[in-house]
Amino acid sequence: MNSQRDISKREIVLQIKNLNKSFGDNHVLNGFNMTLYQGENLVIMGKSGSGKSVMIKCLVGLMEADSGSISVMHNDITKLNQEALDILRADIGFLFQGSALYDSMTVRENLEFPLRRHTKKFKGQIDTEELVIEALSNVGLESAIDLMPSELSGGMKRRVALARTLILKPKIILYDEPTSGLDPITSKEIIILMQDIQKKYNTSSLIITHDVDCARVISDRMILLINGTDYAEGTYNELSLSEDSKIKAFFKH
Amino acid sequence: MLGFNTINTQLRSFFIEFGELSFFTFKFFKVVFKRPFELKELMRQCYNMGNRSLLLVVITGFIIGLVLTLQTRPTLMEFGAVSWMPSMVGISIVREIGPIITALVCAGRIGSGIGAELGSMRVTEQIDAMEVSGTNPFKFLVVTRVLAVTLMLPLLVIVGDAVALYGSFLVENVKGNVSFMLYFNQVFDSLEFGDILPATIKSFFFGLAIGIVGCFKGYYCEKGTAGVGKAANSAVVFTSLLLFVIDFIAVFVTDIFYDL
Repeated sequence: MNSQRDISKREIVLQIKNLNKSFGDNHVLNGFNMTLYQGENLVIMGKSGSGKSVMIKCLVGLMEADSGSISVMHNDITKLNQEALDILRADIGFLFQGSALYDSMTVRENLEFPLRRHTKKFKGQIDTEELVIEALSNVGLESAIDLMPSELSGGMKRRVALARTLILKPKIILYDEPTSGLDPITSKEIIILMQDIQKKYNTSSLIITHDVDCARVISDRMILLINGTDYAEGTYNELSLSEDSKIKAFFKH
Repeated sequence: MLGFNTINTQLRSFFIEFGELSFFTFKFFKVVFKRPFELKELMRQCYNMGNRSLLLVVITGFIIGLVLTLQTRPTLMEFGAVSWMPSMVGISIVREIGPIITALVCAGRIGSGIGAELGSMRVTEQIDAMEVSGTNPFKFLVVTRVLAVTLMLPLLVIVGDAVALYGSFLVENVKGNVSFMLYFNQVFDSLEFGDILPATIKSFFFGLAIGIVGCFKGYYCEKGTAGVGKAANSAVVFTSLLLFVIDFIAVFVTDIFYDL
């Protein structure tokens, strides 16, 4: 509880208020709220199809919310123009569920791609090669620099995607199901990597998952997304001991 | 009643898709002259599309030239008009057969390729990843591909025409002992600027149609692998149909100019 109190004293880097999103008659998000503090690992758990990925896509402007406000580092992204949104996106890393590596490009080209538009962030002094190697060494894959994504295993793809996310040195990293589709050992490696990165760069992380083990290891705080709302919030221990049947259902093995 | 409902639904979805395609085309023209210009990617696409379609266009053109001459020869001989062969084949290849056959081949080769590539990029969230990294995916993926195929198709048509005429010459040379100089002198004597210009303009529009439809189908691909297959397939079918419509309009407009 003390650590949670400490976290809430920190700067708010990301805040969602009363977010609503529907697809026809399907109301995916119904007044969802959340706050992410500086240096925090916040896990959002929910069943498949509960709107986790919709919420995270609204956060980076890939989807437009029906109503509500999304503040990222004190910028309301629903009111930003395209240019301002692109500049802000340089501070937000996004690890996609299926890695989303560009399969017509090598690992090197994949990592260089985000640098094309964001040279201003490095004030013109940019050594692309150095940044690529640094990002790859963070995930232990320097040797894969000239490989094509089709030559990589699932775990390697996820690590290269993480390196691509890191190359712009983002302040916030959004993870969309970082361990889905991976075997338990590789999942554990990815979780350790995420922790190492958080420590090294002091990033704030929002992790969308339905992997209870991942949530247990990495979360400082958790929010359970049920019926499009932030149904419950607390640490892993608090939520896992809850008597509420809907909450208990998440922690049954 | 059921039949009416089915037709009604199909017509409705056709007009919705037509509207979306029109909006997509409008968006293309809106951003095509705006910065940033993705020149490196444009060059890469030009090389990919031009180079990879070249062999197919050459083989198709050569066979069309051979077949056209072999099929027409007996009829012309019957009327004692074999000497008209180079002019007839030259005009029909340059004005009609060359552009439409090359465009149909490219619709299959390039259009389906674009549909499948962008479709799989959409399904695997690569387009979303591009947008998050600050690059406008419409400019990077769509504009470059549409421009590349629009620029490359007229060049491929020229190559296809040349090879088809060469194929025709080979038949005439073997069967009628006509020399290279004589054959091509007759071809170029019969061709006018009014034959070449409309065919070239038409080829640009063919290229534009292949690029726009392929990109549209891929860019708005439905989720799943079935969606990718559907995008590639419908890109070819819709483009082929559109090519004939454009061809008809081009011939109609050219005819009006001839009358003037």
